[in-house]
Amino acid sequence: MRDVFIIGVGQTPVGEHWDLGLRELGAVAIGQALADAGVEGVDALYVGNMLSGCVNGQENLATLLADAAGLLPAEAFKVEAACASGGAAVRAAALAVAAGVHDVVLAVGIEKMTDGVASTVAAGLATAADQDYEASHGFSFVALSALMMRRYLYEHGCSREEFAPFAVNAHKNGVGNDHAMFREPISAGDFNRSPVVASPIAVLDAAPVCDGAAAVVVCCRDRIGPLHEPVRIAAAAAATDTIALGSREDILTLGSAKRSAERCFAASGLAPGQMDLFEAHDAFTIITALSLEACGFAGRGEALRLAREGCISADGCIPLSTAGGLKARGHPVGASGTYQIVEASLQLRGRAGANQLAKARRALTQSIGGHGSIAVTHILEA
Amino acid sequence: MQLPRFHRLRSAYYRLEGQLCSVCGAVQFPPRTSCAACRAGGLERHRLSGRGSVFSYSEAAQAPEGFAPPYLMALVKLEEGPVIAAQLTDVEPEEIEIGMAVEMVTRRIREMSPQGYLVYGYKFRPRIELEAEG
Repeated sequence: MRDVFIIGVGQTPVGEHWDLGLRELGAVAIGQALADAGVEGVDALYVGNMLSGCVNGQENLATLLADAAGLLPAEAFKVEAACASGGAAVRAAALAVAAGVHDVVLAVGIEKMTDGVASTVAAGLATAADQDYEASHGFSFVALSALMMRRYLYEHGCSREEFAPFAVNAHKNGVGNDHAMFREPISAGDFNRSPVVASPIAVLDAAPVCDGAAAVVVCCRDRIGPLHEPVRIAAAAAATDTIALGSREDILTLGSAKRSAERCFAASGLAPGQMDLFEAHDAFTIITALSLEACGFAGRGEALRLAREGCISADGCIPLSTAGGLKARGHPVGASGTYQIVEASLQLRGRAGANQLAKARRALTQSIGGHGSIAVTHILEA
Repeated sequence: MQLPRFHRLRSAYYRLEGQLCSVCGAVQFPPRTSCAACRAGGLERHRLSGRGSVFSYSEAAQAPEGFAPPYLMALVKLEEGPVIAAQLTDVEPEEIEIGMAVEMVTRRIREMSPQGYLVYGYKFRPRIELEAEG
């Protein structure tokens, strides 16, 4: 297998883009990534997206974007893995290069959620769950996470208020990211007073519905040029768990996240303590906590201690969501996994602006779909 | 919910019918094509008792198309072992606690489907203990 490097990144601001559709958002992110990489074309385009069929009425999305971005007649298709689609698209691009099939490939994660009303988007997001035995009974994306959070509070004897540092940290980091949807800090008091969506989850536990597209260009070693600032994909892995939450051996262990992270650490010979930052899938504060535990930063039931002790801030032992995360940058679902990789690459290149960490040599990114039924994990190295 | 899907699921939805593995004896719900525990294929239909306890719960203030909030959702741990997702009924949110004994009832599980028929299926309510007649 060949080593794979990220040589270009692009991203649109995340938000409610009433004047931009799928084709415009995609073309902007793709154009930026191509310009950053200094290439005019690619061998293939892989698109990470979850909802274009049920919210936008647009399938054959990769062809649409290849056409819109002037990449015809490149190989192009969509990769769907629920909210992990953006990570999966990068994984697909890297596999093609590692295998020697292609030399230069572009992955774009994209989601255009504001074309649908709230109940349509909620029904679309619920398709990540088991349609026969969860979604058809009214279990939404947020409700399934709420069941995990309720059980976490019960088993570990803690309160929802103890999850506040995750949201406060994300919003603090969002202030310094000019692509973030939310650029205002919040306080623990704001978090505690937030209205309930699905108890015990409230608005400020949850990432927002929004639009955005992010793209990366990956290539093999001999296509790296003198002007590039290459970021190596040191390891990548995807893993799955039961689609129905109740069927899991332990609903408080994200099995897919744990196994994919373990494979990344084993393949790279690295350990959690050697990561300088972690772009976690903080769609809900409970998922942030479970991700920290799954990836080995904390033991089972101990993630809140990291939050309480300030380990997750920019000067802590494992800086989390350094560009605002899903919570504050925003969670255009099928794009979020690609945003994580774009943001981690910028940190490793020393180009993260106001949010630049003092030391950023290795980053862990993890994109999770279907409340932990699928996870795609990457370790990136400067 | 699409009519063919509802037709396919009727024994699970109406009778809480799962499966019993003839090789390892595991009981599973929802039904699968093989045993989740031992991967054997010899599965028998097995109607679950419908008795269980609340493993986790949530009250939804927002809902997907076809559902009218607020409503109550739970993971229910059945006596036979499987944990299933189902709505709770005949109970107030403040009365619910983890470990509470519940039992299956058949109720309408969503508003009218887009094709104009009602979808019935299992929900769970606090268990009503009937005293044996002497």
